[in-house]
Amino acid sequence: MSAIEVGGKSIEVDEEGYLADRGDWTEEVATIMAKEDDCDLDSNHWEVINFLREYYEEYQIAPAVRVLTKAIGKKLGADKGNSKYLYELFPYGPAKQACKYAGLPKPTGCV
Amino acid sequence: MADFETPALTEFQLVPHIKKGSMAHSQTFAAKPEFQEDLGFPGELEEGWEDVAVKKLGELTTKYRGLKVFLDSCVKCGACTDKCHYYLGTADPLNMPVARQDLLRSVYRRYYTFAGKYFPWLVGARKMTKGMLDKWYCYFHQCSQCRRCSVFCPYGIDTAEISMAAREIMDAVSVGQKYCNEIIGKVYKIGNNLGLPEKALVNTLEGLEEDVKDETGIDVRFPVDQAGADVLLITPSADFFAEPHIDGLIGYGKVFHQAGINWTLSSHASEAGNFGMFIGSYENMRRVALRIREAALDLKVKRIVVGECGHAWRVAYSFWNTLIGVGHGGNDPYAKALQQQLDPNYPAPQHIIELTYDLIQKGALTLDKSANDDQRVTFHDSCNVARASRMGTMPGGQFVLPREVIKSSVNHYFDMAPETIHENTFCCGGGGGILTDDLIEIRVKGAQPRMQALMDVVQEYDVNYLAAICAICKSQFSKVLPYYKFPMDMIGSVHGLVSNAIQLGAKQ
Repeated sequence: MSAIEVGGKSIEVDEEGYLADRGDWTEEVATIMAKEDDCDLDSNHWEVINFLREYYEEYQIAPAVRVLTKAIGKKLGADKGNSKYLYELFPYGPAKQACKYAGLPKPTGCV
Repeated sequence: MADFETPALTEFQLVPHIKKGSMAHSQTFAAKPEFQEDLGFPGELEEGWEDVAVKKLGELTTKYRGLKVFLDSCVKCGACTDKCHYYLGTADPLNMPVARQDLLRSVYRRYYTFAGKYFPWLVGARKMTKGMLDKWYCYFHQCSQCRRCSVFCPYGIDTAEISMAAREIMDAVSVGQKYCNEIIGKVYKIGNNLGLPEKALVNTLEGLEEDVKDETGIDVRFPVDQAGADVLLITPSADFFAEPHIDGLIGYGKVFHQAGINWTLSSHASEAGNFGMFIGSYENMRRVALRIREAALDLKVKRIVVGECGHAWRVAYSFWNTLIGVGHGGNDPYAKALQQQLDPNYPAPQHIIELTYDLIQKGALTLDKSANDDQRVTFHDSCNVARASRMGTMPGGQFVLPREVIKSSVNHYFDMAPETIHENTFCCGGGGGILTDDLIEIRVKGAQPRMQALMDVVQEYDVNYLAAICAICKSQFSKVLPYYKFPMDMIGSVHGLVSNAIQLGAKQ
């Protein structure tokens, strides 16, 4: 197991940098994970991260890409409700990279 | 981005000079002990594991006669050496199919042949050691079990069978891959590879109904767990989750709607994929497949239709009959009950492409090709569909039917070069349990031959849509297309094209 340092505390992550324990998540954790990928989180990133966390809370899984784009379109404007915009925000793939910062497990399977 | 060079696309496909050990560093994450145990494998490598591995190998060569023939019959003619996409993309000689096979064959010779037991140095027989096990782990996770090499082998030796056996032996001594084995565990716990629970599935499908209504004004339904439906659709869970997969799912829904077919999905069996095959484990393949039988019996459906998923179609077409009784051969009471229940007027199982093709032949669907006039389309034959199954009633139907469905939906269709399609198709580079970020280098490099063939039709015919009928192919291409400077959204579902073209509502 590897770990990341957040506020002097060591937090366990898996081989790919996803939180081992979802309960360890704080906004600072997200910021530090993003920094490691050279990504500065702005309010648009946070809209996505917060939506992912809310959705996970209710459904125990990250939302489908289409559900996510629709929700973001409603929040940030129709021109942003598409995968292209989400890839601009999260170039490693919105499902995977944004899930990581949101402290959620990585989506698995043929995705 | 990862630290490696994307192979160049050239004027024509080159066979590279060998670069020894160029992929020896490739390491896929290992499954944790708890994941191994969920699947009935030991959690840790224990003392005496070498004997367990050798014994398992002997057991497999007795159980699977094909495997024994494949191990005994290679004459090292070399016909396979330049046929593997992973060799063409990496130049690592251990990615030549014959060399990959020999990692296992040399151990088989050492313990199970006369010459290998007494004169190992004469016949290239080698002991089962930790070093050998590590090599297996490295190079049997650089095989997508696509079987292209077997098409060119004069003896028909099937490297996929050897690769599956190697993975099964490794699992028997606790050495498993995180990607495949964690996913199989999720199917047991939640019902699909994604870990998508029923509530999320229902929510996602309700969203789709809204979207289709907004777009077309028609109430196309995406039902779940409707007992008494005629058709149970078994589709990869990626179809619920990912792009462009979901456009295919919308297409299936529209086809069912327009044909007036009463259909349902199942929350219990919400996965077509069956990674039990990738790890060569008959027991796990059966356990995954049993959920489908349970759902079919519970929902009392008359037909089982499989969505766009390559290896699932192989499992369904080639194994479901004896595994669970979909088709003839299953011999337990539940298999017999299911055979009684299913309508003999339809193939069991049936592929969604077969279903749509039949409806088109009967004139039951109206397709407006001009709806896809901005698409210039080519088709990627998925390895498991092309080389391990069939569709329709004619030989080669698995090549004809998808193309006919596409051509009924678009005006501009172009095939890639003949040596790269049909039974000669190149794997997408992500099949067989390779579709994981920790193997991105081999995935990108292994995609090179397909990308080369794609570039040719892009240059010659301005192709801008690569259609596929496999969830793995679709995800793999979304990821690797940009490495080769193609747009990622160039990959699409065959039923995504049908979805654009189909005219909903009353027939004219």
